[in-house]
Amino acid sequence: MSMVVNSTINGDPIEFSCEPDETLMDALRNRVGLKGVKEGCGTGDCGACSIRLDGALVCSCLVLGAEAEGRKVDTVEGMSDGAQLHVLQTKFLEHAALQCGVCTPGFLIAAQALLEKNPTPSEEEIRYGLAGNLCRCTGYDKIVRAVQDAAKTMNKRSKSKKTTGRKK
Amino acid sequence: MNAENKLPKQVFRSVGTRPVRPDGVDKVTGRARYGADYDMPGQLVGRILRSPHPHATIKKIDITKAEQLPGVKAVITSKDLPDLTNGDEDLLAILENCMARKKAYYDGHAVAAVAAVDANTAKAALKLIEVEYKIHKHVTDVDKAADPKAPVLRKDCITEGVSPAPTKASNIAAQSEFGHGDVAKGFKQADHIVERNFRTEQTHQGYIEPHACVASVSPDGTGEMWVCTQGHFVFRQQCAQLLGLDMAKLRVTSSEIGGGFGGKTHLWLEPVAMALSRKANLPVKLVMTREDVFRASGPTSATSIDVKIGIKNDGTITAGEATLRYASGPWKGSWAALGAMTAFACYDLKNVKTTGIEVLVNRPKTTAYRAPSAPMAAFAVESVIDELADKIDMDAVQVRIKNAAGEGTQSSYGPVYGPIGIGPTLEAAASHPHMSAPLKENQGRGMACGFWFNFGGQSCTHINIDIDGSVTLTVGTIDVGGARASLSLVVAEEFGIDYEQVKTVIGDTSTLGYNEMTDGSRGTFASSMSAIASVRKAIDEMISRAAIMWDIPAEDIEWRDGHAHATGKGHANLAPLSIADIAARAGKTGGPIAGHTELNADGAGVSFATHICDVEVDPETGLTRVIRYTVIQDAGKAVHPTYVEGQFQGGATQGIGWALNEEYVYGEDGRLQNPGFLDYRIPVCSDLPMIDTQILEIPNPNHPYGIRGVGETSIVPPLAAIGNAVSNAFGVRMTHVPMSPPRILDALEKAETETA
Repeated sequence: MSMVVNSTINGDPIEFSCEPDETLMDALRNRVGLKGVKEGCGTGDCGACSIRLDGALVCSCLVLGAEAEGRKVDTVEGMSDGAQLHVLQTKFLEHAALQCGVCTPGFLIAAQALLEKNPTPSEEEIRYGLAGNLCRCTGYDKIVRAVQDAAKTMNKRSKSKKTTGRKK
Repeated sequence: MNAENKLPKQVFRSVGTRPVRPDGVDKVTGRARYGADYDMPGQLVGRILRSPHPHATIKKIDITKAEQLPGVKAVITSKDLPDLTNGDEDLLAILENCMARKKAYYDGHAVAAVAAVDANTAKAALKLIEVEYKIHKHVTDVDKAADPKAPVLRKDCITEGVSPAPTKASNIAAQSEFGHGDVAKGFKQADHIVERNFRTEQTHQGYIEPHACVASVSPDGTGEMWVCTQGHFVFRQQCAQLLGLDMAKLRVTSSEIGGGFGGKTHLWLEPVAMALSRKANLPVKLVMTREDVFRASGPTSATSIDVKIGIKNDGTITAGEATLRYASGPWKGSWAALGAMTAFACYDLKNVKTTGIEVLVNRPKTTAYRAPSAPMAAFAVESVIDELADKIDMDAVQVRIKNAAGEGTQSSYGPVYGPIGIGPTLEAAASHPHMSAPLKENQGRGMACGFWFNFGGQSCTHINIDIDGSVTLTVGTIDVGGARASLSLVVAEEFGIDYEQVKTVIGDTSTLGYNEMTDGSRGTFASSMSAIASVRKAIDEMISRAAIMWDIPAEDIEWRDGHAHATGKGHANLAPLSIADIAARAGKTGGPIAGHTELNADGAGVSFATHICDVEVDPETGLTRVIRYTVIQDAGKAVHPTYVEGQFQGGATQGIGWALNEEYVYGEDGRLQNPGFLDYRIPVCSDLPMIDTQILEIPNPNHPYGIRGVGETSIVPPLAAIGNAVSNAFGVRMTHVPMSPPRILDALEKAETETA
């Protein structure tokens, strides 16, 4: 028996139905059509399906679709502001922080969560902050550099916003 | 290679720059479609039933109950995939591996499959399939399998390559020999000889995207497939043969690929999806779970390698000999042969002999993993060379420089080298600041070299000039990590236009002639060679169109900076024509403008690297961490240096994982104990330092821009570099990879007892 779930996905109210034992990852991919949520393992080990659930970073393969009821879900598809890419997305491209790109949505979401919690992370903090996401192509070097650069840019922007007193 | 055909120093305007890749935005926004991200109308969900036994005869399979479950549309066994291989041994091995026929040869071997309306129904149907097995003794260890007393996997396996042929079946499928000179004489000249056995455990490519495809076989004999693959033309050819379809009627589209590293050069589930679709008469989507990927898609060989090397006190290596046993899974491979060919390829040796022995075991079918077979051979040889350097009190880099192969060297596997990069990478290592960085307690520094052949092969590309002057390059080699950026740069370079004016796409199997896979580091090398030829044809065509537009002879026109220029006398009033100018008039000057090429990309330049590595070992726990790492490799010409660095860093990191942690663990029951990323632990971000890179450019004389493949060599040196670093830290020779904490502790204890 499938069930109806109402949640706010990437800012929009979305209703979807899913089986009671269906993961949020499967529901987002197959019911809502958000294929940017990737399955690498289905056991919470690779982080490719990382999303935000009420702001918290989670592996969507370890959450049931039903648990999204009444909650806020954010995926890579909602990361950019229209055509304006998020700084992390831009920096990933500039630094070539992706090769095959299948882990990239998960890394972007995890990096976003990391920088919200810690806007000025050290290299070590970035490395531990992203340790739940597997990348097999890059050796992480360029990913770490992209996140470092993004943090710098975001801090510069928020500083200039503060000094000019502009609101978001 | 023709050493006289050295390239003149070239000045590039696009090649060597670092623009954002053309497929980048799709990949950071979730738009890019990978294997599992595509759906066909009405598609079913496929699932595969796998053998829990490592070695068993399939006596009977009863699918009646599964077929009767509502929502099940097809259940297949090997009967639905009849043998159409017509004596092609390799293709039969693929067929047998995709669906077990008489015997299941490993834990995870497919025995049946279902297609149903949804995943839950498919899963339920698998439980209703009844399989009766007769269980046999199994063997998973490479040395035990090579023992004459081992259970024999195949009663018809008579060792190939041995004369006279053995009369008894064994698990030794083939033997091959390489080398030259007289090793016995060479060893007599040596002042020191080291002889050791080395073992490496089986590792998996570990791509993050599991195998996935959507297949549709229609009653009219046509088919379509969407699949994550390193080579859709090869997949089409093999699937069509296995299913009995006309090749032209099967259209295969390659998805974006979520990593391959060799593992997606091989069919694992695609013929099964097609057979299900044919039986159900509907499209079928088949996606492996991560557990399936580990249990049933091809890892690399586990190996056992005996190496003996002799050296003079002045550092000259007098002889090198190796016997290399490589597990190939239940089917014959040529993995040991590749190990035997690469083992001594870095060196100029008078006397060298290597023997490769292919060993059948009850493990998944071995397939290529980045520079397949070379890392294990390098681990053995480079470890012994370090030990010998120590014995004669010579610096590890200097002893290698003294023996390095160069232009004109006869390689240990036969051919004579052209201009190569082993010497320059070693010289660069000797003067690299990494070599003088301070080391603390429990830290050690090691280095090692690596070689890979690189490959060229069949390629076909197409250039289309669009009426607005933009350019499309269609290639048949899939893009594993930035190739579309590199190929767009090459096309921009050759036309003399901006990178942004070029769009590179990967055509499906119906749009181009046959292309070999993206393997052997050939993607950028071969497709760029073909693309350059296609551009030149398009330029020739544009010159002839400009001649019509200007009404002057084509001989009076030259192509420069993306424009046709009239050069003859009396044409000074003719302003140069851009591609857009010419293309806009194409309809009136002869129709669309294109350039098409098919070629065999010969002359892939061989590739060499030298790595330097610092490790820190915790003597209490045995945990070993890499704390500094440098890759120095020859790229020929780095087309997009950032992605070249990425290849160096990624390969090194896979090697680090292999060296320190990754291994297939089999229980006594022959079952894989760690088929998941939790227990098969690949390196994570917090395990690693930054990976420094130094790109050398020793042009490949066989490519118009001097390009060599760069994808594979970087995985070759890390096993030995890390082993040498541990050895230098503690004076204990590491001979078994991975050097996981228990093995490090054992070695440290042994070293203590020896010195006590």
